[in-house]
Amino acid sequence: MVRAIASVARCPTLAWSLSSAVARVAVALFPGLFLLASAQAESQRPEHWAYQVPLRPGLPELRDLDWERNSVDAFCYARMRHHSLTPNPAADRTTFIRRVTLGLTGLPPTLAEIDAYLADPDPAASERLVERLLASPRFGERMATPWLDLARYADSHGYHMDAHREMSAWRDWVIDALNDNLPFDQFTVDQLAGDLLPNATPAQVIASGFNRNNMVNFENGALAEEYLVEYAVDRTVTTSTVWMGQTMQCARCHDHKHDPFTQRDFYQLLAFFNQVPEKGIDGDQGNASPFVPAPSLQQRQRREELVQQLARCDELLAQRATDCDADLAAWEQTLARQRAAIQPPADMLLHLPLDEVVDGTTVDQVSGDRLVVSGPTYLAKTKFGRGLLFGGETIVESAADSERDASVAQSLSFKVAQPFSAAAWVYPTTNDRMTVLAKQSAAPMLRGYCVELHEGQVHFGVTNDQTKSRIQVRTNGTVAKYQWHHVTVTYDGSSRASGVRIYLNGERQELATLDDDLQGSITTTQPLRIGGGMSDAPFRGGIDEVRIYSRVLTATEVGLLAGGDPVSDIVAIKRSQRSQRQHLALRTYFLQHHDARFQALGRKRDAAARALMALEAAIPTSMVMRETDSTRPTFILSNGQYDSPAELVAPAAPAVLPPLATDVPRNRLGLARWLVDPRHPLTARVAVNRIWQLHFGTGLVSTPEDFGTRGAPPTHPQLLDWLATELIRTGWDTKQIHRLIVTSATYRQASRPTAAEGARDPNNRWLARGPRGRLAAEVIRDQALAASGLLVEQLGGPSVFPYQPAGLWKELSYDANEFTAQVYQPDHGSKLYRRSLYTFWKRSVPSPALATLGAPNRETCVVRRSPTNTPLEALVLMNETAFFEAARKLAERILETGGKTDERRLDWAFRTTAGRTPTPDERVVLQQTLDRQRAIFRASPESSLQLLSIGESPARSAETPSELAAWTMVANLLFCLDETITTH
Amino acid sequence: MPPKPYLLPDLQRLARRQFLGRASLGLGTAALATLLNPAGLAAANPPPTGSGQPGLPGLPHFAPTAKHVIFLHQSGAPSQIDLFDPKPVVAQRHGEEMPASVRGDQRLTTMTSDQASKPLTASPFEFSRHGAAGIEVSELLPYTAGVADELCVVRSMTTEAINHDPAMTLFQTGFQLPGRPSMGSWTSYGLGSANENLPTYVVSVSGGAAGDQPLFDRLWSAGFLPTRHQGVRLRSGRDPVLYLSNPAGVGQPARRAMLDGLAAMNRLQYEVAGDPEIKTRIAQFELAYRMQASVPELVDLSKEPEHIFDLYGGDARRPGSYAANCLQARRLVERGVRFVQVFHRGWDHHTRINQRLRAKCLETDQASAALVRDLKQRDLLKDTLVVWAGEFGRTVFCQGQLAGENWGRDHHPRCFSIWLAGGGVRPGMTYGQTDDFSYNVTMGATHVHDLQATILHCLGIDHTQLTYRHEGRDHRLTDVAGEVVRAILA
Repeated sequence: MVRAIASVARCPTLAWSLSSAVARVAVALFPGLFLLASAQAESQRPEHWAYQVPLRPGLPELRDLDWERNSVDAFCYARMRHHSLTPNPAADRTTFIRRVTLGLTGLPPTLAEIDAYLADPDPAASERLVERLLASPRFGERMATPWLDLARYADSHGYHMDAHREMSAWRDWVIDALNDNLPFDQFTVDQLAGDLLPNATPAQVIASGFNRNNMVNFENGALAEEYLVEYAVDRTVTTSTVWMGQTMQCARCHDHKHDPFTQRDFYQLLAFFNQVPEKGIDGDQGNASPFVPAPSLQQRQRREELVQQLARCDELLAQRATDCDADLAAWEQTLARQRAAIQPPADMLLHLPLDEVVDGTTVDQVSGDRLVVSGPTYLAKTKFGRGLLFGGETIVESAADSERDASVAQSLSFKVAQPFSAAAWVYPTTNDRMTVLAKQSAAPMLRGYCVELHEGQVHFGVTNDQTKSRIQVRTNGTVAKYQWHHVTVTYDGSSRASGVRIYLNGERQELATLDDDLQGSITTTQPLRIGGGMSDAPFRGGIDEVRIYSRVLTATEVGLLAGGDPVSDIVAIKRSQRSQRQHLALRTYFLQHHDARFQALGRKRDAAARALMALEAAIPTSMVMRETDSTRPTFILSNGQYDSPAELVAPAAPAVLPPLATDVPRNRLGLARWLVDPRHPLTARVAVNRIWQLHFGTGLVSTPEDFGTRGAPPTHPQLLDWLATELIRTGWDTKQIHRLIVTSATYRQASRPTAAEGARDPNNRWLARGPRGRLAAEVIRDQALAASGLLVEQLGGPSVFPYQPAGLWKELSYDANEFTAQVYQPDHGSKLYRRSLYTFWKRSVPSPALATLGAPNRETCVVRRSPTNTPLEALVLMNETAFFEAARKLAERILETGGKTDERRLDWAFRTTAGRTPTPDERVVLQQTLDRQRAIFRASPESSLQLLSIGESPARSAETPSELAAWTMVANLLFCLDETITTH
Repeated sequence: MPPKPYLLPDLQRLARRQFLGRASLGLGTAALATLLNPAGLAAANPPPTGSGQPGLPGLPHFAPTAKHVIFLHQSGAPSQIDLFDPKPVVAQRHGEEMPASVRGDQRLTTMTSDQASKPLTASPFEFSRHGAAGIEVSELLPYTAGVADELCVVRSMTTEAINHDPAMTLFQTGFQLPGRPSMGSWTSYGLGSANENLPTYVVSVSGGAAGDQPLFDRLWSAGFLPTRHQGVRLRSGRDPVLYLSNPAGVGQPARRAMLDGLAAMNRLQYEVAGDPEIKTRIAQFELAYRMQASVPELVDLSKEPEHIFDLYGGDARRPGSYAANCLQARRLVERGVRFVQVFHRGWDHHTRINQRLRAKCLETDQASAALVRDLKQRDLLKDTLVVWAGEFGRTVFCQGQLAGENWGRDHHPRCFSIWLAGGGVRPGMTYGQTDDFSYNVTMGATHVHDLQATILHCLGIDHTQLTYRHEGRDHRLTDVAGEVVRAILA
């Protein structure tokens, strides 16, 4: 059976010089491969194995057909025999089901699944098990995690303020694609260039967000040109690492020292990624452009409903307006007797009469809140009682939003899409720039809204960032000094200057537009200030009767506010002599203020509009790739410096690799197609190597990030190429590669080394035993949640905020009032128990439990996590709330379903976490631990109760608290067990 | 009722066996573990030597002058022109436009690049000479001035970064972009721990009012080095180290009983699986257990004598304050911690710098100086390099209108001032010069990489030789630059 090993298999070096020879044959076989390669390139053809097209090797001659289960084994067998090793016996079935279930789904098998598998006499039981796991939606979640590491996916921008970004739609696309077994070539094209595909679906556009996952900066003062370069560099480097296993970043500043990449190669590749219409400095408002809305199915349906509802309301309102003439006439008849009914609109959110100041405060008539008046306080008699005088130091200030009643605060902190109006009487005493009222953040941003007088003109600003994003208009007309004037401003929520009006003494003014480029939020938590703002332009003069409304006031209403009585004025005119405008104004006033039917309809419409606004605001967006309208030139940058452009370059593949085919475009789409061309020497190898790493802990190339000359040579070069060509042959079927690996005899071996094996191959490079290693951070936590019954298996959705020690973000972050993701607010309920890959990932302060267990911070692309084994991990497993709560809930399950005796329960618990039945010795240890815990907690009922209150889920058990507490400690032990957090 | 002892003596022995001998494990952060047994340490003031996790073979490369580093990083960038770099010419020409020739082609942040007027703005603070060396220090730092003879003030620091994130990242990791290991991690990687029961690298953070410049985990990250070299944050409050405390209701006996069982179970598994990682894990759980007792004791400053609080100032009684963290830094160094990183936030004074800089100095001056004095009086200063630095400097011209009190100063990378003390650095000297406007370095230009090279040099490390292969390239803290500033070495 055992025959001579083919010489090729004996020596890796020789093997590769041979295959270098066969690579030349490849040129003959695939004439298109080096289509544009000149004779000169021919002579420079690299000798390094990884740059030569993988050719499908034949199976080694040395075989053990009794042992082998598939072709993978043939290659592994030859290699282990070459190293004088023989295969380990197969792992027992219990070990196998746990290994493969954790491997393919990241969750442990349930006891029912274990029992069913153990009882299955079918010789194909293992294959059926594998099929079940490959078809499980948990597969996509499991496989997404390493892909998110590669893609440097996170929920925050990373640099500096590190505020929230929303990329969960992209993350969910990845999970779905993995579950659907989207062929790896399509998986690649969609993520690198989904936006450029003809007739791209919304999902493909979202998929292109892969290369928007790079960190983005909006540090105040930072230079856009510098960061535009960094983003393009990140994309170039990440794409090279993920698809080609090349350390391209070395060629940023100079030609690569070890691998055949020139600096020109680097910038030619960068040219593909240098065409995104992005701002460089962006992200302070959430996603950085370009981005697209990414509504969920439910959101799309609800939006449609609301839009229809709104249209129906508008229809009914219009109808009522046309058929109200009789009622209008009747009302006019009664009007003479009801003068008092004509009042300024009373639905304001705030009304400061400024008639009195008591203990340095003045009252808001609407809320009853008292606003602080600082500085000298002088009141003067005005048309409406009294008004407040401002001498440059006086200021009226509402409480900061956080201290105010939430409903009031929210209503004054208008959203950009929300209409509002503000009105006041003013008595200016100078022509200087003076703030009447303002609700705005600190300079230089001045986010919010502001009414000012300047040179007697009324200025109104609705601002996102004063320096770049705001509406600013002013009246052409002016107000005279030393007189009272009524000023009203309205904004319709359109983000346009055309949606703004200013009235002086009830008359609508002609406006000059100074700025009209508002984008993004105008919301600030700063207080509303009267008589001064954040721009150092205090009011000097008098202010009275300040009112704020959350809607656009009509001209009629403004007239009323300004002390006129336009309604009575119109009514006084004979109906036949009224202008159309007067008629409309009167009718509108009647409908809005005195027609119950119209008002009821109006309330219904407002409710629908508010719901729609809330829904629109809740629809997430997702950052995507896009191409600039005109090509942005790319230069070689001297020393990699953004401000040292040298030679102009065009997009092209690195010279050492085959050129782009002639029929693909010179853009990202062409690049993506080039990467998945079956003749590309790297893509398939790099992809299958990572899958191998996922199941065996180490890749066939142990440096999966570096297939260059300094990287590790493959331990099984032929197997690597066989798998690579198999991936291509099967139409890039990645699940098939998983299937081949986990159904192989190689994978199935027991992991325990014999003494000889351990000494000869301590790291299992020759695979004469099965894989063994600590589980990934996410798997450890998910396993505990699953075993406890807490796990909520919901696929996708916005990221969640599980337990985290208080203060961690706040201690390092900037200001929760200015930016998102500055203070951690834990979720409640089911969101605490989602799989770990859904945990909100703030790059500057990632989840401490997962980070301690070895999850990377996702600032940059990570292909291999470094193994960890520290006391800090021990503390997480022992004490972290989720782990301890899981222990508590596992204890409940043990007592409820684990049987009636200690022995049965301990067996059940041990199987639930470690997968197997404990040995007699282990039973003794567990029983003793349980007994000791019982003694401790029986002596301290109070401790038991305290312990049972860890975590949000309520304690539910028929047993006594001390019994539940004792079992909780046993479960805590089981979650800390080396075997539990290890796959073997 | 006391817990029952194990029935099987051999299992108990099995469980215990692992904890007795000194485990030869990859401790590193593990180390944290111990901060142990300070009573013993108090008796023997000199830091423990001899034991501990070894560093790389061949390290240190030469005899170190410092065994420890305490880096007092003033995040936000303190104004050199108001603290250490007085400029009489600016005082004379106050209000004049800054000469264009001085700026040259220096890039500005977008916060002032569009500001039409860039008037020279004199420091409103008085400077005077202190100590035998006559080091010039602003009136805002009277305590620092009091230890002038211990200080080496470097006025000629320079960097390329003009924004906080890249500048801080450069200072701590030698590179403006994320992904590289921090200075403390390199030290841990190269030198190992001074005591097997101690962490090599501890980080604390103070300041942090709303609006202070943010910090990031990456500033103490191990980057691509093994994660055990990562800085361990010590926080104030119930859990000085994350997850240190047992859940409510779990007392020490219950934890002990659980760990006994865990160790026995792991030991049984080791006999079957033979994986040395299991032995490591057993020991790590025991270290974690010991930390639960030792760390709270370490961070408990209440037993420090009154005169120590007098020295550091009353703020040192407030957990989490800069002063408390300075005092804690001394305690850490006493216990053999190699690299202590103290971050203090809030020095980014774009507006109202007069008022805000004064407040910041009031908050930090006494404690910074106290740390130097305290180390000196314990004879630890000779082995401990203390560095006080921001990430860049501030502009000689004002940001905003010069009239009134609202103006501040923008970021300035070309020159800034720091000080060093102890650890083999020459005391009582001022090094380097800037031009009349504190704008350009005219003598002794010291790049951040040069400072890093010098810090490593004091630790006995040749910065060009401490490297790590990552993605095919040998990386080092100083990237491809850095020269030791020999002129400031004693």
